[in-house]
Amino acid sequence: MIAFIGRRLGLAVLLIFGAITIVFLALRVIPGDPASLILGSQASEAELAALRTELGLNEPLFLQYLHHLADLLRLDFGESWRLGADALSSTLERVPATFTLAGTALLITIGLGFPLGLYAARNAGGWGDRLVSYSSLVGQALPSFWVGIMLVLVFASALNLLPSTADGTIWGLLLPAVTLSLPFLGWLARLVRNGALEELGKEYVRTARSKGMSERVVFYVHVLRNTLTPAVTVLGLILGNFIADAVIIEVVFAWPGIGSLLIDSITNRDYAVAEAAIVLIAACYILLNLLVDVLCSYLDPRISLEAV
Amino acid sequence: MTAAVQARRVTRMRPRAKVAAGILGLFLVCAAIGPLLYPYDSVATSVADRLLPPGSALSEGGLAPLGTDQLGRDVLAQVLDGARVSLLVALATVLIGGFAGLVLGMLAGYFRGLTDTVISRIGDIQLAFPSILLAILLAGVLGPSVLNVIIALAVTRWVIFARVVRGSALETRDREFVDSARVLGVGHLRIMWRYIFPACVQPLLVAATVQIGLTMVAEAALSFLGLGVPVDQASWGATIANGRDYLSSAWWIAAVPGLALTIVVVCVGILGDELRKVTDPSERERA
Repeated sequence: MIAFIGRRLGLAVLLIFGAITIVFLALRVIPGDPASLILGSQASEAELAALRTELGLNEPLFLQYLHHLADLLRLDFGESWRLGADALSSTLERVPATFTLAGTALLITIGLGFPLGLYAARNAGGWGDRLVSYSSLVGQALPSFWVGIMLVLVFASALNLLPSTADGTIWGLLLPAVTLSLPFLGWLARLVRNGALEELGKEYVRTARSKGMSERVVFYVHVLRNTLTPAVTVLGLILGNFIADAVIIEVVFAWPGIGSLLIDSITNRDYAVAEAAIVLIAACYILLNLLVDVLCSYLDPRISLEAV
Repeated sequence: MTAAVQARRVTRMRPRAKVAAGILGLFLVCAAIGPLLYPYDSVATSVADRLLPPGSALSEGGLAPLGTDQLGRDVLAQVLDGARVSLLVALATVLIGGFAGLVLGMLAGYFRGLTDTVISRIGDIQLAFPSILLAILLAGVLGPSVLNVIIALAVTRWVIFARVVRGSALETRDREFVDSARVLGVGHLRIMWRYIFPACVQPLLVAATVQIGLTMVAEAALSFLGLGVPVDQASWGATIANGRDYLSSAWWIAAVPGLALTIVVVCVGILGDELRKVTDPSERERA
């Protein structure tokens, strides 16, 4: 178990390192000259030369990469020229807002996804089951940023029930969180439904039934427990996706999280902040995946035995 | 596959797949020859015709079936032009990403060893990185243009194709007919082309169908964020972003292109499902 966690932790560190490398390549290699990208086309040659020296762009690329890695190890992502502050701390300031949004979306997903999935499994083949299946398929295909705007249209503009943007109250949280949760809500419901149906076909269920147990007890005591284990482990994956998807949803609702900061920074060529935001989101995503792996192996020891 | 077999497969399609195919056909026609069917300029502005609701008459005669935006531009014309961009980006992305994935996946699956390790590890690292973030980063750095959106999205998609192809290649390379070809002295390239490639085509096609829908949503999202198609070109995402500022006065600007996108993506999904059932015998028996 310890060896398994150690290996997975090592892998996570490698993946974060890989993410940093991808961002470095995108920001330093693709633009040709990052200095002119940052300063824009109106910059004078002297300004460009000064910035190139400051950023170390005259060094060979590999040396730049090593210097950059050394900076990041000291948690130095550079200064934001736009905010006039340290890039990493400006990004960290936005973390609570994104986590609140993603956490609320997760609560909604769990609160509706599990009951819907169990309901569909108990009524498998019925119209309720089919409705859950179809809406989950459509829910996953919908472009979520558009769904968010349509929710604003209905609940904020037309019915005037909820605020359309973040206003600091719990009501302002509701629409973005629902928008974020919709695609995964149906996904979780289907996962729970299929898991429960698979368990219902197993022999221990037949045994329980032949003992004369009521169907209700069979379902909610025996089947439910075995269905929950795999479903609980995907919650980490869902949370990771919420943090990544929040990038777009935060823009829709002007939510002051990492995502809207990232888009602002990219459109304003504030690449120090953009890098800090991307690395932070990728690290959350990778660490949540790690958490899922560990949780899986804790709940089902066979996994870590196989992997070692 | 002969034409007769193909025809039988089409008639065996379930009704909902037929409807989806019909809607997609309409979408293809609109994307291809939309301006011929509906000769209005999507970028022509008209101050007199600002924010007209769907079905309004225009100042110089004529009709705006889906209304106009805040500059008097026709929404239906924007949707038709957006369909073209959406289709172009999706097809090009899937072609480029699919080709890269096919080549790399075949190399990884056929040669195994170091080639496989390098390609698969690069893929793992990329998949550990949320794909929308990578697309935003690349599109942001490259700047807004149709070509750059295609590059950014193709880079995020190749891994998915490579994984599918690698799986099929791994499975096929140890089959007896490949062994016998090898024994007869057939070269690697020829084996890959004659024996491995055909086994990879069907899973690749199924993956490509699914990815077309996802790519269309991704393009719209990038354009919505202002990182995709440049402002002077129509895109469903850009039109939705524009309509967001006029929700209380002109809901149709944001609603119509999003609805079009949703319908097309759902139809692609249904058709992809059908394709998987038709090509995979084990799925067919279960259906």
